[in-house]
Amino acid sequence: MRYDSLVSSVGRTPLVGLPRLSPSADVRLWAKLEQNNPTGSIKDRAALWMVQDAEKRGVLSPGATVLEPTSGNTGISLAMVCSQRGYRLICVMPENTSVERRQLLTMWGAEIIFSPAAGGSNEAVAVAKRLAAEHPDWVMLYQYGNPANAQAHYETTGPEILEDLPSITHFVAGLGTTGTLMGTGRYLKEQVPGITVVAAEPRYGELVYGLRNIDEGFVPELYDPSVLTSRYSVGPREALRRTRELVTEEGIFAGISTGAILHAALAQADKAVKDGKRADIAFIVCDGGWKYLSTGAYAGTLEEAEAALEGQLWA
Amino acid sequence: MAVQVRVPTILRNYTGGSKVVEGAGETLGALFEDLDTRHAGLRGRLVADEGLHRFVNVYINDEDVRFLGGLDAKLSDGDNVTILPAVAGG
Repeated sequence: MRYDSLVSSVGRTPLVGLPRLSPSADVRLWAKLEQNNPTGSIKDRAALWMVQDAEKRGVLSPGATVLEPTSGNTGISLAMVCSQRGYRLICVMPENTSVERRQLLTMWGAEIIFSPAAGGSNEAVAVAKRLAAEHPDWVMLYQYGNPANAQAHYETTGPEILEDLPSITHFVAGLGTTGTLMGTGRYLKEQVPGITVVAAEPRYGELVYGLRNIDEGFVPELYDPSVLTSRYSVGPREALRRTRELVTEEGIFAGISTGAILHAALAQADKAVKDGKRADIAFIVCDGGWKYLSTGAYAGTLEEAEAALEGQLWA
Repeated sequence: MAVQVRVPTILRNYTGGSKVVEGAGETLGALFEDLDTRHAGLRGRLVADEGLHRFVNVYINDEDVRFLGGLDAKLSDGDNVTILPAVAGG
């Protein structure tokens, strides 16, 4: 397929079947390969939509400085889009994220301000909000509350999946900013009455939940629980086990958050088999595994890999 | 009828530093009341306006209780309950 530029090639990713991990001919799993996007993750969609929306609203003009709190992928996507459009990008990122993410951000021209590991992305959000207040001329796109994030998935991810899989019964994705689930989930619920929309949320080590008190907690402004049927917390052990299964059984080399999503998708498949119902379960492969090689996720025993992930923001 | 409850770091001052405590109850709400008899003040940090505190997530066997009836969610012997503060992803 031919495009005018890299930015125009965002989206329209393949949906591939999982012949080995699907339990039967009536209960099938389908992977939406978002690592096929230009910078290798699903976040290219949200980044492009947020930048285009800000341009349309007249908030962004050439030479502007964009600021964003991000644990990695959104920053990498924004860095590519901003470099192509002539904007300066500053990312606020927790210090406990993988070295590959930092190198990629720098390579695409972003500047990084680190926030403390304790408190995870909550702290990155707080630091970015403080910087935005100090620099009123900087534009914070704010993926957690920007409707253009969910809109990207409402306009692209949802329609793409439905076109490729009209018989879809379940949609399973990760819960971070909630943009993927809110946008895709809303679209699919409108088009497919009775569809099951499931969220898989990564459960990190204790350090990441190291808030000083409960009132420092954070729920993204985009989150609307009425879009979801259910929501599961998936720990590092299950996420790692499924990430490895996905590459050994189906040849799909994915990041660790995808393992968490596959775990939730397989639980839905089991349930369908037990209930004697047919199911076509589409789930999101958020990114490839390349950025996580240094975490040790793919080497040694599961126990060693799990120990290596302790304290890291692996999704 | 006993369930294991995992308590996050920021609430362990109510459990004498314990990471896992045991409790009982037919529902999540009843479990929190039972826990409060031994860990006074804990319930007050989890429940606000007769619902779950906005920044508290509770899971029964890894499923978010807000999709299982909230404080009315049913518990069975041997269930695992996990309490976590809501944090940002992405």
